[in-house]
Amino acid sequence: MNKIVEKEFFSENVAKIVIESPDIAIIRKAGHFVIIRIDEKGERIPLTIADGDKEKGTITVVVQKVGVTSAKLLAMNEGEEILDIVGPLGHATHIEKKGTVLCAGGGVGVAPLMPIVKALKKAGNKVITVLAGRTKELIILEDEMRNYSDELIVMTDDGSYGKKGLVTAGMEEVIQREKVNMAVLIGPAIMMKFGSLTTKKYNIPTVVSLNTIMVDGTGMCGACRVSVGGKTKFVCVDGPEFDAFQVDWSQMMMRMGAYKMQEHEAYEKYLRTVETVA
Amino acid sequence: MENIAEYIKEGRSDSWRIELRKSMKTKERTSYERVKMPEQDPHIRNKNSIEVNSGISEEMAIAESHRCLDCPAPTCTIGCPVGINIPEFIKKIEIRDFLGAATVIKETNALPAVCGRVCPQEKQCELSCFYTQKLHKPPIAIGNLERFSADYERNSGKMSIPNVAESNGIKVAVVGSGPSGLAAAGDLAKLGYDVTVFEALHEIGGVLKYGIPEFRLPNDIVDIEIESMRKMGVKFHTNFIVGKTASFDDLKEQGFKAFFVGSGAGLPRFMNIPGENFNGIFSSNEYLTRINLMKAAYDDYDTPVLFGKNVAVIGGGNTAMDSVRTAKRLGAERSMIIYRRSIEEMPARVEEVHHAQDEEIEFMNLHNPVEYFADENGRVNRMRIRKMRLGEPDASGRRRPIPIEGSEFDIAVDLVVVAVGVSPNPIVPSSLKDLKMTNWGTIVVDKDTMQSSIPNIFAGGDIVRGGATVILAMGDGRVAAAGMHKYLQEKVKAN
Ligand SMILES: Cc1cc2nc3c(=O)[nH]c(=O)nc-3n(C[C@H](O)[C@H](O)[C@H](O)COP(=O)(O)OP(=O)(O)OC[C@H]3O[C@@H](n4cnc5c(N)ncnc54)[C@H](O)[C@@H]3O)c2cc1C
Ligand SMILES: Cc1cc2nc3c(=O)[nH]c(=O)nc-3n(C[C@H](O)[C@H](O)[C@H](O)COP(=O)(O)OP(=O)(O)OC[C@H]3O[C@@H](n4cnc5c(N)ncnc54)[C@H](O)[C@@H]3O)c2cc1C
Ligand code: SF4
Ligand code: SF4
Ligand code: FES
Repeated sequence: MNKIVEKEFFSENVAKIVIESPDIAIIRKAGHFVIIRIDEKGERIPLTIADGDKEKGTITVVVQKVGVTSAKLLAMNEGEEILDIVGPLGHATHIEKKGTVLCAGGGVGVAPLMPIVKALKKAGNKVITVLAGRTKELIILEDEMRNYSDELIVMTDDGSYGKKGLVTAGMEEVIQREKVNMAVLIGPAIMMKFGSLTTKKYNIPTVVSLNTIMVDGTGMCGACRVSVGGKTKFVCVDGPEFDAFQVDWSQMMMRMGAYKMQEHEAYEKYLRTVETVA
Repeated sequence: MENIAEYIKEGRSDSWRIELRKSMKTKERTSYERVKMPEQDPHIRNKNSIEVNSGISEEMAIAESHRCLDCPAPTCTIGCPVGINIPEFIKKIEIRDFLGAATVIKETNALPAVCGRVCPQEKQCELSCFYTQKLHKPPIAIGNLERFSADYERNSGKMSIPNVAESNGIKVAVVGSGPSGLAAAGDLAKLGYDVTVFEALHEIGGVLKYGIPEFRLPNDIVDIEIESMRKMGVKFHTNFIVGKTASFDDLKEQGFKAFFVGSGAGLPRFMNIPGENFNGIFSSNEYLTRINLMKAAYDDYDTPVLFGKNVAVIGGGNTAMDSVRTAKRLGAERSMIIYRRSIEEMPARVEEVHHAQDEEIEFMNLHNPVEYFADENGRVNRMRIRKMRLGEPDASGRRRPIPIEGSEFDIAVDLVVVAVGVSPNPIVPSSLKDLKMTNWGTIVVDKDTMQSSIPNIFAGGDIVRGGATVILAMGDGRVAAAGMHKYLQEKVKAN
C-alpha cells in the first residue's frame, strides 16, 4: 500500500513522486489534495494531487523541501511505502468556460496549478500561464505547462532564465495586452497576495489556493482556519480555493508562522541525525 | 425494556443470589463506607501522563460489593443507558467470580473497561441507586466495580471473545470508529455479518483515541478491545473517508448492503470574538489531537504543539477539563478554566472537576472571554474577560449567564484552548442529498431502529444526538445493529 513507484528530482529541493493509491486515483479531481504521514512518529502534512492515473492506480505529488517532513519524504526511495495517505480532500476546482484565463504559479505552487491548467484548457478556455521562481533551478514542470497552455511565460527574479522580474510583471504584461476573464494564482502566500493586488487593479475575478497548516484535513480541528470575507473559514473543508480579494493575507501569513521556532529546531536536529547516519 | 426487567428479576431468584442475600444483614451492608478509588498524588500526577485512578484491588471490590443490597426492583439498572444487569455482576464479584462479573457486563456493554472509566456515573447508574435515592448515602461505586471486572478479565489473559454466528455473507459498512461505530460493528459481527469499519483518521477509536487523554483512558485499553473485535472478524479500513475516498454509491456497488453512520460531532465551535485566530489559540479538538493522536509533546514525534506558561481553557465540559489538565501536565504555571456559569452547572463529570481542583487548576467561573490580543508575531499574550451572573433558567434548565457590563479586565495568557462545544461532522450529510437532517445538522432517525430517511442507512452517536456520552453512543450502535439486522433479514426474505 502507498508504495512510491517513481521519484524524479526537478531540482535539488523539488521532486515529483508517484505513489500507488488506487482508491484516490479513481475519484480525485483537479484542486484536490491528500494528507500523508510518512511513519509512526510522523506528522500529517497536506500535499496537492498534481496528477493521477486511474488505470495504473497512482497519484502524483510534487514536493518541495522546506522542513523535516518534506525532507524525509524526498529522502524516500522508489519501492518504499508511505504509512498513511488519506484523501481526496478539499473541494475540487470549479472548472468552466470563462474565455481567457491567466494562471500564475510560483515555486512549488506550480504543481497544484498543473491539473487546473489542464482542466481549464479542456473546458475550452484560452489559458496563459506565468511560471515564476527566484532562479532558473526553481522553475519546475515547464514542459508540461507549455503543453497544456496556449502560451507560457517564464519569469525569474534574477533573470537567470526567461524574463527577469517578479510574477506580477509577467501578469501585468498579459493583462495590458488582452482581456483576461479570470485569474488563478498558486504559490507562496506573499506571491498570491501581491498577485491578487495586481488583478484587483483590473477587476479580474481571482482564485487562490491556500496552503495553511493542517492536522486532520477533515474539518475536525480548525488548525487551518483563516479569515475570508470577515468570516473564519476552514481551508481543508471550505477550500482550499477562495476568492483572492476576500482573504485576510496578513492573518494567513501570521498563522503559517505559528510553529516557526519549533520547525526550525526540528529541522536542525533532523539535519544532524542525517549527518551522523551518513 | 420490559423483557430486560424480567431478565434482571429472574436472576435474582437464583439460589446463589438468595443465599448471598441471606449471608449478611441489610443493616450491616448499609453500615459500610463507600470504597475510595486509589489515585496518584495530585502533585505528582499533574506532571505525568499516567492514569490518575489506579483501580481498586480485589479486596476493595469485594468490600464494595457487600454494600449492594441486591434490591428487589434495582433502580440502578434503569439509570444505565444499556441496561447492564448491575446487581448480578456485583453479586458475582461478592462471590469472587470476577470473570463471571465481566461476562455479565459484556452481555450488554462491549467496552466495559472504557465505560467504567468515563461514564458520568453520578448522572446515570449511581444517581438511580437505592443509596442515592432513598438512603441519601454515597451510591454503590458501580463504575469502579465495572472497571475492576473489565481490568481483571483483561489482566487474567482469559478475555472471552464473544460467540460469532456463522457467516451470512452479507456485507455491511460502519462509518466512523468511535464508540457508536465499534458497538454497532461488534453486534453485527456477532450476528454473522461481514463488517468493515471505515475510519477517516489513521487510528481506530474516535474520541476515545484523539480526544480523551491517556491519564483518563489509556490507549492500550481501547486497543485491546479493538483487537478482540478483529478476532471476531471485523475489518478496519483506516484513512478512508466515506463521502470522499468513496461515495455511498461506490460502496453499494462494492456490495455493501447497509450502513451504520457513527461519524461523530467533529466540527469545533469558536466564539467568533475579536482576535480568536491569533497563534496560540486552539480548538480543544486541535489541542487534544496534537497531543493524544499525534503525540506532539514527545520530542521524537514530528508534530509540533505550542506550550504555555499561562493557559486559559474556555468551557466547563469534559473536553475543557481534559484540555486544562493536559496543559498543566505539559508544564503550565497557571492553568485556568474560564466558564460562564458556576461550578454547579458544569457539564463535566464530577470526578474530573474534583481531580482538576486537586491538581491546582484554577477555576474562573462566571467569566467569559470577549477579546484576545497578541504580540508582534501574532502569538496571543493577553485576553479580556467579562464577569457574568446567573439569571433565570434557560431551555436547558440551567440558569442563564448574563454579562455584567463594565466588569471587563485583562489577564496574561500565552495559550488558549476553546472548548465551547462541537457541531455534527458535515461530511456524510453533505455527500447524501436525500438524507433528512435537523436544523442543528444532526441526522434524523427512528429512535427504535436508528434508521434514517434513507432505508439502508442507519445512524447513531453524536451525529444523531449532537453531543452525548460514550455509553449513549454505544447504546445507539447496538439499537442500530438490531435495526439493520431486522431490515436486512426482511430484505433477504423478500428476495
Ligand atoms: C492544501 C495544501 C496543499 C499543499 N500542496 C503542496 C504541494 O503540492 N507540494 C508541496 O511541496 N507543499 C504543499 N503544501 C505545503 C506543505 O504541506 C508544507 O510544505 C509541508 O507541510 C511542510 O512540512 P515540513 O515538515 O517539511 O516543514 P515545516 O517544518 O512544517 O515547515 C518549514 C518551514 O517552511 C515554511 N512552510 C511551511 N509550509 C509552507 C508552504 N506551503 N509554502 C512555503 N513555505 C512553507 C514554514 O513557514 C516553515 O518555516 C500544501 C499545503 C496545503 C495546505
Ligand atoms: C475530549 C473529550 C472528552 C470526553 N469525555 C467523555 C467522558 O468522560 N465520558 C463520556 O461519556 N463522554 C465523553 N465525551 C463524549 C464522547 O466521547 C462522545 O459522545 C462519543 O465519543 C461519541 O461517539 P461517536 O461514536 O458518535 O463518535 P466519535 O467518537 O466522535 O467518532 C467518530 C469517528 O468517525 C470518524 N469519521 C467522521 N466522518 C467520517 C467519514 N465520513 N468516514 C469515515 N470516518 C469518519 C471520525 O474520524 C471519528 O473517528 C468526551 C468527548 C471529548 C471530545
Ligand atoms: S455502562 Fe456506565 S451507566 Fe451503565 S452501569 Fe456502567 S458505568 Fe453505569
Ligand atoms: S440500586 Fe444500588 S443497592 Fe440496589 S441493586 Fe442497584 S447498585 Fe445495588
Ligand atoms: S486541518 Fe483540521 S480542520 Fe482543517
